[in-house]
Amino acid sequence: MVSRDQKTWRIAAHIVMILLSAAALLPFLLLIIASFTDDTVALLNGYSYFPEKWSLGAYEYILENKDTFFKAYGMTILVTVVGTAVNIVLTSLTAYVLSKRQLPGVKIMNLFVIFTMLFNGGLVATYISYVTIFHVKDTIFGLLLPSLLMNAFMIMLVRNYFEHSIPEDIYESARIDGANEFVIFIKLVLPLSVPILATVGLMGGIAYWNDWQNSLYYIDDKSMYTIQAVLNSINEGVAALATLGGNSGVSLSELPTTTIRMAVAVVGILPILVIYPFFQKYFAKGLMAGAVKG
Amino acid sequence: MVNNYIPLYGLQLAFKQFSYQKGINGSPWIGFKNFKFLFASNDAFIMVRNTLLYNIIWIIIGVIFGVAVAILFNEILNKTVQKFYQTAILLPYLMSMVVVAYLVYAFLATDTGLINNAIVKGLLGREEGIAWYMESKYWPFILTFVQQWKQIGFGMLLYLSSLLGIDKSYYEAAMLDGATKWQQIRMITVPLLKPTIIMLTILNMGQIFRSDFGLFFQVPMNQGALLSATQTIDTYVYTALLVNNNFGMSAAASFLQSVVGFIFIVGANAIVRKMDKNSSLF
Repeated sequence: MVSRDQKTWRIAAHIVMILLSAAALLPFLLLIIASFTDDTVALLNGYSYFPEKWSLGAYEYILENKDTFFKAYGMTILVTVVGTAVNIVLTSLTAYVLSKRQLPGVKIMNLFVIFTMLFNGGLVATYISYVTIFHVKDTIFGLLLPSLLMNAFMIMLVRNYFEHSIPEDIYESARIDGANEFVIFIKLVLPLSVPILATVGLMGGIAYWNDWQNSLYYIDDKSMYTIQAVLNSINEGVAALATLGGNSGVSLSELPTTTIRMAVAVVGILPILVIYPFFQKYFAKGLMAGAVKG
Repeated sequence: MVNNYIPLYGLQLAFKQFSYQKGINGSPWIGFKNFKFLFASNDAFIMVRNTLLYNIIWIIIGVIFGVAVAILFNEILNKTVQKFYQTAILLPYLMSMVVVAYLVYAFLATDTGLINNAIVKGLLGREEGIAWYMESKYWPFILTFVQQWKQIGFGMLLYLSSLLGIDKSYYEAAMLDGATKWQQIRMITVPLLKPTIIMLTILNMGQIFRSDFGLFFQVPMNQGALLSATQTIDTYVYTALLVNNNFGMSAAASFLQSVVGFIFIVGANAIVRKMDKNSSLF
């Protein structure tokens, strides 16, 4: 039996949730509608949910200058794929070693990993080191290496999974069969760890896709811009559109700048919007698992 | 890991007069001069004040909203609907700050923003829109709103995971005794969430010297007029380092942030460990 009190609460909960969902989604809707608005109308009346005139002008512009945008897109995809793959390999290998508590030196290595969560050199020391010691400026390593490649928090998450969610018997029976550690890791542990590795991959992938800071710090060469870096440079001044467009030969005043910036943003978030609902489960799980131990 | 350890070597720059030609080792030592210049400027006070105040306020608001939303979310029984709400509310958390800056711009742009056109000029009937990006007095509220908008889904998840761990029989017993929902929340839910709340708060206190660079740099579009409200240690370090080429002061601020931040985290962890050994980070 549901009491009146409970009913009131349930309705209140639905109302709050609907409001929050709307608050979360409506800005994205405005972004999308703005990108399909006619530029003169947008300039005159501002961005609106109900534009007087629709237009594909902004997207036509992107297609006309597809070299620039496709290149940035390709750069983002390349960095995301390579970065995520390397991230998963390194994270799982490190976590596996750390999960073998009986090995000598594991405790120190553990501390070594955790320390990175607590203390780092800060931006200045990091930047100068990368630029003067590793020379990553304007190379793809500038996008791949700094800050995103490995994450101590994820290592701990995977280590806990290896320790608690994979039965000890499996290791033992494999050892009796004469399998060495590497074979055990590849053939037994990895297949059993698909859910946690999916989470790590997803988080890493999103971090790479969304990354604009590495571009900001280490990339000056416009031909190496990722899609986020393009967005960032437009943000700093719409004039960037004209230079990015390169040889299109139109002056800035003729460009539908008001709507183009929104269209570029839509193109930038589209993959996340499309993929996210299907992976939501892994994502929420990963965050929650982290929260328990966080 | 190398990523983290080699830059530590660069920390010495805070005490040096760096130049690219001479490199890290070749640059001369100048003692505490960098720090002296930093504290002689007005910037030091503003950026430390902003960083600390924003963090403190957001920790408090974050706890209240996070717990409230998690409790309400838990009231919804239909799994499909629940999944929809969760998907929607978490979406902002996945967006990069650059994209968030675009969203905010669509609402706040002086000429073309929705708020100026629909509300300030439309509903309130004013002639002129508000120049949001020129007036720093609005920004504490704008930044707080944006921060909560982006984080609330994550905050909800944090508390939800410990909410789901509460034994259902407590509520059944309470209901038999005729307790109202509000009484149940006050007497059962909140007390049982308390350890999680305290733990997360202390851990957040450990981060109090750090700020989300993206939020403070991207969302206000790096407008000079807003700096008194939007300058934090992270944005200062970035601007001094890469825009103004002011290595010394930037390195000093960055060094302070690392060291003081470290002390805060270790302190926070020590408190957590005292309360509950299993919840501490190390």
